[in-house]
Amino acid sequence: MRDRKLMAKKFQVEVVNCQQSFTALEGCSLLMSMERSGTQAIKVGCRGGGCGMCKIRVMKGRYISKRMSRAHVSESDEQQGLVLACRVFPQEDLTIESDLIVDSVSEK
Amino acid sequence: MKKGVMRPGHIQLRVLDIEEALKHYRDLIGLIEVHRDAKGRVYLKGWTEVDKFSVVLREADQPGMDFVSYKCVSEAVVDQLRDELVAFGCNVEDIPADELDGCGRRVRFDSPTGHMFEVFATKEQTGKWGVSAVNPEAWPRELTGMKATRFDHCLLYGDDLEGSLKLFCDVLGFDIAEQVLDENGERIAQFLTASLKAHDVAFIKHPEKGKFHHASFYLNTWEEVLRAADLISMTDTSLDIGPTRHGLTHGQTIYFFDPSGNRSEVFCGGDYHYPDHPPVTWTADHLGKAIFYHTRELNERFLTALT
Repeated sequence: MRDRKLMAKKFQVEVVNCQQSFTALEGCSLLMSMERSGTQAIKVGCRGGGCGMCKIRVMKGRYISKRMSRAHVSESDEQQGLVLACRVFPQEDLTIESDLIVDSVSEK
Repeated sequence: MKKGVMRPGHIQLRVLDIEEALKHYRDLIGLIEVHRDAKGRVYLKGWTEVDKFSVVLREADQPGMDFVSYKCVSEAVVDQLRDELVAFGCNVEDIPADELDGCGRRVRFDSPTGHMFEVFATKEQTGKWGVSAVNPEAWPRELTGMKATRFDHCLLYGDDLEGSLKLFCDVLGFDIAEQVLDENGERIAQFLTASLKAHDVAFIKHPEKGKFHHASFYLNTWEEVLRAADLISMTDTSLDIGPTRHGLTHGQTIYFFDPSGNRSEVFCGGDYHYPDHPPVTWTADHLGKAIFYHTRELNERFLTALT
């Protein structure tokens, strides 16, 4: 148990719009991995799926996600890989686009 | 001028996961879980609060605030305010007794900033938690986490500040205790009180209607705020900013987020306000110092991360 974090699988995350990359840890949200790596590639807000500041588009790679505010991520957003980095848990290497903070509901 | 509104009575917040939310509000902030209703809502209170509950959590797919309710001195006051709210132009809805278990009828109304508010006068009184009403000890020994004493106020973001100021002052009898004015003399923040506290509700100007910034809970000392900061780190809770002091109200504070992204504050101290006091004014060119007295600069997240 003590070494669980050290043994966690690692994934590479490419952030195409700002030509940055960082290492994500299995079991750790994408946003938390970014913060821990010292990278500034995604805006950090509430870290709880509520404010929408960390909205990204996952262009490539598998992930699982926790519940996100419908004010910022509609069902169709989710299907298109538009998600909140604080609620995304990578399952393999990801290619993403960040800085998509636009309110998907008020946009309509 | 006072019109019979006493204090914030309760706030209903939407959360994405009720059990995760309880780890925040009950185990970390230290509110007491007092009830669960048939709709699955959870009721909590700070231990010093005499009424049965002051925070209601409701699971939903969009976090934020459903409404905040103010307690009045009598049912007659609620009737009088209802008439005046209708005359003011609010959409008014009568919520029957026991829609919230243990609470009397409430009058719900909308506002120029897009938030929903209520007034009510009757709620079951279960007394302070963990201490007797007769010869009470100083505090209960069974408290957890930050040991928050009460729900104190909320800060709301919206567009029509002037409209909600009129609603709160002219109809509900609040006073403006503190304000921030921009270079044209336009109000961009207003701290309103129905009591001696520096704020019972606050508004900051923002282009969208109906946004929720934070719910605030009262601690007794700066030492307790620092201890709250330790607990935030120990539990890996999402921190916004602090511990620090506000220029506005001069309260000592720390901001953090619940697991659904609703911001919480615990704070202590702060100025007082009597009805004959003119408002304390901060100018927008000192906004950094007005919000965060020590660093004197705003973090972007404080202005933009809202639910």
